[in-house]
Amino acid sequence: MNIQHFEQLFQSKIDKEIKIESKDWMPEAYRKTNIRQISQHAHSEIVGMLPEGNWISRAPSLKRKAILIAKVQDEAGHGLYLYSAAETLGMSREEMIADLNSGKAKYSSIFNYPSLTWADMGAIGWLVDGAAILNQVMLCRTSYGPYARALVRICKEESFHQRQGFETLLVLSKGTEEQKAMCQDAINRWWWPSLMMFGPKDSESTNNDQSMKWKIKRKTNDELRQQFVDMAAEQVKVLGMALPDDKLKWNPTTKHYNWGEINWDEFWAVVKGNGPCNKQRLAARNKAHNDGAWVREAANAYAVKKAKAQAAKEALEAA
Amino acid sequence: MKINLTKYYYGDFGGDENVAGNEVKKTNDDASAWPLWEIFVRSKQGLDHKHVGSLHATDAQMAIENARDVYTRRQEGVSIWVIESKHITASNPDEAGELYEPAVDKIYRHPTFYVLPDEVGHM
Repeated sequence: MNIQHFEQLFQSKIDKEIKIESKDWMPEAYRKTNIRQISQHAHSEIVGMLPEGNWISRAPSLKRKAILIAKVQDEAGHGLYLYSAAETLGMSREEMIADLNSGKAKYSSIFNYPSLTWADMGAIGWLVDGAAILNQVMLCRTSYGPYARALVRICKEESFHQRQGFETLLVLSKGTEEQKAMCQDAINRWWWPSLMMFGPKDSESTNNDQSMKWKIKRKTNDELRQQFVDMAAEQVKVLGMALPDDKLKWNPTTKHYNWGEINWDEFWAVVKGNGPCNKQRLAARNKAHNDGAWVREAANAYAVKKAKAQAAKEALEAA
Repeated sequence: MKINLTKYYYGDFGGDENVAGNEVKKTNDDASAWPLWEIFVRSKQGLDHKHVGSLHATDAQMAIENARDVYTRRQEGVSIWVIESKHITASNPDEAGELYEPAVDKIYRHPTFYVLPDEVGHM
């Protein structure tokens, strides 16, 4: 059998909605695309802990602090599910983390924006997690089995994130004038970056076609983005706040909201490393990794010591 | 009314003085040298342990502790099994035909193969 034959078989499995598992034959480009996408997704979960971890020590109440810790812990767990899924494709955990720390690998640009006030914890939950959920719900049906299974687990946990964010904003929206202003300010700053999370326009996206054919993705960037706008435009009314877009208007013909234009220069600047916090995020990751080195070494040494003690005990019992 | 919001730029991470840039310090630790473990969780008493994922740990005890933190944060389990991945032998997908196709044409192994009169009732 030649390679075209394998490729046809592979595509016919995809077309029949049969999931691909790690030991199955797959085109090299499929493997690479999945490694890239899954590891980037994992990195995003890990870097995503930083803007929120930032507010754990300043949370306004014990309740909010406990919620935030739980959420940040979830993100760490999501990172782990995803790294494990990527590892099934043959890239080691250490390589992936080295790529993140050196700046070679990308993560979601949204986390290069700073979290400036407490209201940002609400806006991140509602908008950033809300946008991520749309993407992740779609990915629960992605064609690579281990990735799809990780996503199912993640989605189960993610809706708590969005709800707690919206509720945080809801409380602020009913608060003092200052709290209301803080709420609106956070929405203003996070709205456009959240729309950028869906990636370049379909017409400019290089990976779209092949990823759709292989069912790695099920919906295009623009479809998901529109879905998000339609959702948020309604939800913001409950908050009594406004989205910072004067072109936002219901279109009865298309049954969707019309909306303005993303600042694509800003989008590309942040992707290329020139966002407000790119350097700080990488620095924080490198610091955490380096500061944790002794813990990893100690755990290794302890495991060796315990194994030796166990072996000695068994030898003694056998004698 | 003029409202001034206090904003905390870069939060806990300080300014440029803390920026490490692209430097990756090479340490002699190697987290991926920690073996990989497959994790199985019994969701409630009376059910099977089910595979939920994998993680790295130095030994079985650590694998169980990490699995507790990763896979049972919302009461998803009452019991955990861990096994080092290298001890699992899997069937080869290329042999799926030989292994599983022989069962395809043996429909008489299923109860629905036998058509019985209605009077028999549930059987």
